[in-house]
Amino acid sequence: MYPTKYHKPDSLEAASAAMAAAEDGKILAGGHTLLPTMKQHLAAPSDVVDIRGIAALHGISERGGALTIGATTTHAEVANSAVVAAACPALCCLAAGIGDPAVRHVGTIGGSLANNDPAADYPAAVLALNAMVITNRRDIPAEDFFDGMFTTTLEDGEIIKAIRFPASECGSYSKFPNPASRYAMVGVYVARVDGRVRVAVTGAGEDGVFRHDGMEAALSAEFAPDALDSVEISDDGLLSDLHGTAEYRAHLIRVIAKRSVATC
Amino acid sequence: MSDGIGARVKRKEDKRFITGKGKYTDDLRQENQAYAAFVRSPHAHAKLLGINASEALAMDGVIAVLEGGELNADGIGNIITGWAITSKDGEPMKCGAWSALAVEKVRYVGDAVAIVVAETQALARIAAEAVEVDYEELPASVSTAGTLEPGAPQVHDNVPGNLIYDWEIGDEASTDANIAAAAHVTEIDLVNNRLSPNAMEPRSAIAIHDEAEDHYTLYTTSQNPHVARLLLSAFYNVAPEHKLRVIAPDVGGGFGSKIYVYPEELSCLWASMKTGRSIKWTSDRSEAFLTDAHGRDNVTNIKMGFDENNRITALKIHNTANLGAYVSLFATVTPTYLHGTNYSGVYDIPAIYGNVKAVHTNTTPVDAYRGAGRPEATYMLERVVETAARELGVDPGELRRINYIKDFPYQTQVILNYDTGDYVATLDMARASADVAGFPARKAEAAARGKLRGLGYASFVEASGIAPSAAVGSLGAGVGLWESAEVRVNPVGTIEILTGSHSHGQSHETTFAQLASDRFGIPIDNVQIVHGDTDKVQFGMGTYGSRSGPVGMSAVMRALDKVEAKVRKIAAHTLEASEDDLVIENGEVKVAGTDKKMAWHEVGLAAYTGHNLPPDMEPGLKEGAFFDPVNFAFPAGTFICEVEVDPETGVTDIVQFVAADDFGTIINPMVVEGQVHGGVTQGIGQAMLEGVVYDEDGQLLTGSYMDYAMPRAADVPSFVVEHGCTPTPNNPLGIKGCGEAGAIGSPPALINAITDAIGSNDLQMPATPLAVWQALQAAKSAVAAE
Repeated sequence: MYPTKYHKPDSLEAASAAMAAAEDGKILAGGHTLLPTMKQHLAAPSDVVDIRGIAALHGISERGGALTIGATTTHAEVANSAVVAAACPALCCLAAGIGDPAVRHVGTIGGSLANNDPAADYPAAVLALNAMVITNRRDIPAEDFFDGMFTTTLEDGEIIKAIRFPASECGSYSKFPNPASRYAMVGVYVARVDGRVRVAVTGAGEDGVFRHDGMEAALSAEFAPDALDSVEISDDGLLSDLHGTAEYRAHLIRVIAKRSVATC
Repeated sequence: MSDGIGARVKRKEDKRFITGKGKYTDDLRQENQAYAAFVRSPHAHAKLLGINASEALAMDGVIAVLEGGELNADGIGNIITGWAITSKDGEPMKCGAWSALAVEKVRYVGDAVAIVVAETQALARIAAEAVEVDYEELPASVSTAGTLEPGAPQVHDNVPGNLIYDWEIGDEASTDANIAAAAHVTEIDLVNNRLSPNAMEPRSAIAIHDEAEDHYTLYTTSQNPHVARLLLSAFYNVAPEHKLRVIAPDVGGGFGSKIYVYPEELSCLWASMKTGRSIKWTSDRSEAFLTDAHGRDNVTNIKMGFDENNRITALKIHNTANLGAYVSLFATVTPTYLHGTNYSGVYDIPAIYGNVKAVHTNTTPVDAYRGAGRPEATYMLERVVETAARELGVDPGELRRINYIKDFPYQTQVILNYDTGDYVATLDMARASADVAGFPARKAEAAARGKLRGLGYASFVEASGIAPSAAVGSLGAGVGLWESAEVRVNPVGTIEILTGSHSHGQSHETTFAQLASDRFGIPIDNVQIVHGDTDKVQFGMGTYGSRSGPVGMSAVMRALDKVEAKVRKIAAHTLEASEDDLVIENGEVKVAGTDKKMAWHEVGLAAYTGHNLPPDMEPGLKEGAFFDPVNFAFPAGTFICEVEVDPETGVTDIVQFVAADDFGTIINPMVVEGQVHGGVTQGIGQAMLEGVVYDEDGQLLTGSYMDYAMPRAADVPSFVVEHGCTPTPNNPLGIKGCGEAGAIGSPPALINAITDAIGSNDLQMPATPLAVWQALQAAKSAVAAE
């Protein structure tokens, strides 16, 4: 690892100031991607600003079925939260299935979303549930947040404060793990929000998480696994690697989506 | 005695391992310690035009950047292979030179170009990145089969066509005749996938040069510190043996990959002399994927002929073995004398012929990995037998049974002479445990749930306890393969056993102590095992090839014999009895039928006080032995695996795995079962998960755990382990060696189960969900086309 300057501010303002003053600053919200990348010399930020000491960014609250989860809330906290379990149980299951216990106790929802790994689980939930990403500057609807592999519409120095999930009637997330990394090779979140069916697919797309119009239309007509049998799922734009060809991923999207619907 | 042979004693070493108090090389710190990092080639094949280290050397805290030219000029020798193979035309093998630091050319991604020494590990790595290397890229030869094709890039100028040797075993004429006359011939093409060893502890070294004494010490992750010292001294010219101490402290797994002296350890020793600093280097996991010797990587065609009674009449094999960019220590023997001699397997086969071509490619060197040659041979044999059973419409267990060798000793057509065995016994044991009779009902029940259930067999025999010296010498080995031991009884009766075997997970501190406990009836807590230090143990050949039991423990037994003989003389003299009337048990030497006895510690005291010893007896109680067996040992068995495949995803669930082994005498069943569990898990890893993949330019695509899949606890079932027992007559314990059997027998059992489940034999390892799904799709298309 190249030398770097470590900051641990206790307020958003101090964090913003540290970022503004840095030549090439990086926010650290968990570090499961940033630190290995730095150790491999693939990233060399001049400053690392650790936002986990900022109390305002942490915690879970619920109002009228809508959940607000602070950016630095760990996966384990979400997985074990009675509040989340009551409002949106699928989110608990999703969080409980991220990485391993060590990862879940350090990795955070804000870190995962800001990194937008194409195989991460949370982006599927955020997009399917039509969540709002709340930053220190604005509220970004999920539709406008994800902007391709490892890319979001966050601006320089913009920091995620929390994610607000609207009340949902049902939701279910299933994934097919990569045999090596256990990241999602295909993960499908199926949700009904405000009477509409939304289906978000992670792990499979070259540009990261995406909604699938065909599956949404079919499930809106009939909310049942078999309704997906006749939906066309193209392999255009799907990832292809050692573990799964685009064709295989397209096939798995249907299989996994059906499993999600079955448990919804 | 509860701690003796056959007792399920808990491991003495676990207290320090489980509490995190083990002392591994990287845990140690020396005076004046600096750190090394290596500049490595990013290209699979390139000319090395120049190195500019000025920027790195200008960094505060960088001590030196040393290159291959200087290493060669200082007389450091090239890295050698330990086994000379002769091609079928009588020509000696040809292999490219391997300098610890590359000169003129680099030949695989990761090839070391320079060593950087700095005050901290982080700085050494940063400085290594700042070293500018001027390369001229060359086309790379990457594919195992393709490297022999005309026009393939040449890896070494002195190895034309990249062919290291073209070796044969058996009788081609009689084999061809039997195949021509066969009632049925089964033929398949197989790939034995390349594996990365992934010991939990990465390689590490601390090199110390004492300038005043002109003496070197090397702490390193080695399975055989004495062999390392021999190589470093006699071949690499670091220092003569009496000026070179090699210590392998706690070592966290090896699986073969820590047999060898690699460029890094050698470079650190040389650099410690050049810089006057103690130098530590610890591999990170990325370096381990690039540079730890890989395993397997064979491409095979196999044909088996049968007569009208389903008896095997012939076996013919063409195998190409990829040895990588340079020929590592045991690389040449693995696909020949550890592979070809296994071709008969457990079967009575009258005619066998095998041809093995070993090749260079621009990839990481390949060497022995758990099983070394025998897993590759067993995989192809057991797949062809299972395939034949399906083609012939015969129960796969029955086809095996009628072809088993049943009379021992048995002389195979491929050198080995099997001493003992009862293959039917372990087959029956496995079939009973696996409830083979109930399989059709389980298959139907699974089908009702939409799952494809399959059952697969593998029977195997392997040559373990690699030895004897004269035999391996006649076949080209550069070393003898005996083992040594010394038993020291202290004046108070406690015992130290010094062994040339090395434990890096094998539980020697417990099982070797059980031998002394068994012999003298003393608790194992009174016995200490000393190993892994060339200053403490005089010599030894180390641990690999399932040899610590059959060879290492046998040496201990011989030393115990000598100690016991002296104990009897001392006690007979003291107790005024005949040696023949003495009984040693429960920590006492007794005169049978009387109340006359000496406590064990009184014997020790008598030996060391020397006040009342028999005339002409020297004081003290310490004996050594070298054991060189007359033959290999031949552990064998049958594994039966049952799987359920999800046809929607291609995911395989192993629902049952039965391993029925015959290891001869078992010292500690718990430890042996652990070895079986670990070996089977590694075999499941090879069969279902693991595979090193390079792209066509020779870039490693599986360079981390993001892409290289290791078996996890959830991937394996709760194993059923059974033991048959036909003790070998060729060592004093009747022990056959258990370290590799699991990894040898499990891949074919699992693949045979999966191919049975999916109804298609067109499947190569690793049988990932993708591969299984694709095989299912291909089988569906084939059916549709018909």
